[in-house]
Amino acid sequence: MTKARQKKTSPKSGDGRKADPMRLVSGNKMIAEGALAAGCRFFAGYPITPSSEIMEYLAQKMPRIGGKFIQMEDEIASMGAVIGASLAGAKAMTATSGPGFSLMQEHIGYAAMAEVPCVIANVMRSGPSTGLPTKTSQGDFMQARFGSHGDIPAIALVPESPIECFHLTVRAFNLAEEYRTPVVLLSDEVNAHMRENVPMKIELEAEIRERREPEVPPSWYKHYPEEVMVRDRPMAVFGEGYRFHVTGLTHDHEGFPSSKRDQIIDCHTHLVDKVRRNAHRIAAAEKYRMREAKIVIVAAGSAARSAKEAVKMLRNMRIKIGLFRPITMWPFPKKQLQEAVGRKAKAVLVVEQNFGQMAVIVRYYMPRRMPVVHLNQVDGELIEPEKIIAKVTELY
Amino acid sequence: MITETVIHKYLRPKKEFPHVWCAGCGIGIVLGSIIRAIDKLSIPKDDIVMVSGIGCTGRMPVYVDFNTLHTTHGRALTFATGIKHYKPRLKVIAVMGDGDGVAIGGNHFIHACRRNLNITTIIVNNFIYGMTGGQRSPTTPPGHVSTTSPFGSEAEPFDICDLAAAGGASFVARSTVYHSALLDRLVKKALTHDGFSVVEALSPCYTAYGRRNDFRNAVEMMADLRDRAVHIKKQDTSLPPLPDRKFYIGIYKDEDKPEFTAAYKRLMKRVREIDSPPGEEKEQ
Ligand code: SF4
Repeated sequence: MTKARQKKTSPKSGDGRKADPMRLVSGNKMIAEGALAAGCRFFAGYPITPSSEIMEYLAQKMPRIGGKFIQMEDEIASMGAVIGASLAGAKAMTATSGPGFSLMQEHIGYAAMAEVPCVIANVMRSGPSTGLPTKTSQGDFMQARFGSHGDIPAIALVPESPIECFHLTVRAFNLAEEYRTPVVLLSDEVNAHMRENVPMKIELEAEIRERREPEVPPSWYKHYPEEVMVRDRPMAVFGEGYRFHVTGLTHDHEGFPSSKRDQIIDCHTHLVDKVRRNAHRIAAAEKYRMREAKIVIVAAGSAARSAKEAVKMLRNMRIKIGLFRPITMWPFPKKQLQEAVGRKAKAVLVVEQNFGQMAVIVRYYMPRRMPVVHLNQVDGELIEPEKIIAKVTELY
Repeated sequence: MITETVIHKYLRPKKEFPHVWCAGCGIGIVLGSIIRAIDKLSIPKDDIVMVSGIGCTGRMPVYVDFNTLHTTHGRALTFATGIKHYKPRLKVIAVMGDGDGVAIGGNHFIHACRRNLNITTIIVNNFIYGMTGGQRSPTTPPGHVSTTSPFGSEAEPFDICDLAAAGGASFVARSTVYHSALLDRLVKKALTHDGFSVVEALSPCYTAYGRRNDFRNAVEMMADLRDRAVHIKKQDTSLPPLPDRKFYIGIYKDEDKPEFTAAYKRLMKRVREIDSPPGEEKEQ
């Protein structure tokens, strides 16, 4: 059903062992490269630290490959342009950071309501307000979930490294098409500017999902078909003979505004359910050295890098500890977490660069008897493994 | 009537009527002008995207059989920009109200004027927020009463045409819904203009504005628009300020200026020539 095309970006290495040529690349550049690999051909944005390199890179690339780039007057406008381009058939994205992400919420809600696929890379910096523009934080976990007014089907992915920035950007585009919804990539300042080894040519982890064209003639076409919950629905775009209406108002299956009760329920339930009911397909997490872990660290993004380092060092000291790393913040990988923690663990330690946004969720999914301990750092610096080790030793 | 059949050709067969507008509202006349202009130019329905913001004018696209997009308050032009930039072959029309277009959407408006994408923008100016019940807008005349200026508005209003021209729009014109033949011509001219075009259509809103400001009905408001309008003549080289709340109608500005999507196309060609071999993807 899916019109997927396998993109081979790397030649098959024949004899295995020979090391691939590598290059040093930052997370921001990997997001931009991931977007292009996923087929992104429209970017609209507004400069903001620490995300601007994504935009600058795409300003260079887009005109070279027939893509469209535009710098807008603000982040609200950037999201508007992205939605417009997506409705015209583009795989489209924008990139921003906290304050800009707040401005985008109006149109993220619109894209969710009107079911327009698009990708927003939010490179988190320290907030609230202007905060520390050049320093890191993880303060937007909750904004990615509840930033919009109303209930939206939030999908947010949290990369931990430049290479994962690439793969998760590709996945963000795939998910956006699959669920016809905005998808957020929650990177952060550390990831953005950290350079790490990545292969010269990156092999895609998944097939690229293309937008499904409608299979019915225009007169039969419904932009919001009745069969709710289906993933991967066909979607017509502007200018191809399907003259449909799109609105941010609560709408019926044609897309026309409606205030009939059953249609209101349909419209809103479908939005939330398409992600909620498919959470098991979307949610992803990494379990790192979880064997017989007595203490489970939960950390995401760059904080998880420090946590991994801490786990390594602690395991060397024969301390039974493991890391659970949510790769999707939303939907939260609750099942995976519950299985990973199991009955043996003594405590869960949530390490994050905010005052406990993820800890609230972890607490919610853990049995009442399980202690959920916070370890927060909000000074703009990446949390040091030593700090985590100290906390673990205290708990162990 | 011929006009009736023309209009029916462009109305959406599936959409339930009646429409949301009050009796005596001028928005329908503006929609009529847009449809007549499109029909005269025989632009295929499939190639037209009508984008709107929020408000009474924002409800316009839902009734017409084009690609239609009802966006957020004030932001129609941002969506329109994305559509036009990605698919330049589409004819993009943005319809907005005065509060929608130049209050909450003011920043988007001036930047759209500056960029000069080939988008036809129609601003229905009725001097008030109609849909929300009659609050003052940035075009409410001083001294006029609204629900949020109960003692008369004390602020100076915007002149939308001045704003558009100063922002860099390459075609700027004004008419009223009383002068509907002129409005037809101006919309038609705007649709054929290569660049960002703005047509301001002054329109009566008796419900939310007229009845609070000493008009007895919508017809009186139409007569008022008729009486206050001063035609811009071909030979006019400058437009001196007018007394007694009079205003000009006609073409304010019509100039040739590089259009954005064409300039981007040239840019793509230029960068491709710089780095050979050329890129693999085809342009939209
Ligand atoms: S409130 Fe005013 S602008 Fe709105 S439909 Fe009624 S008359 Fe027209």
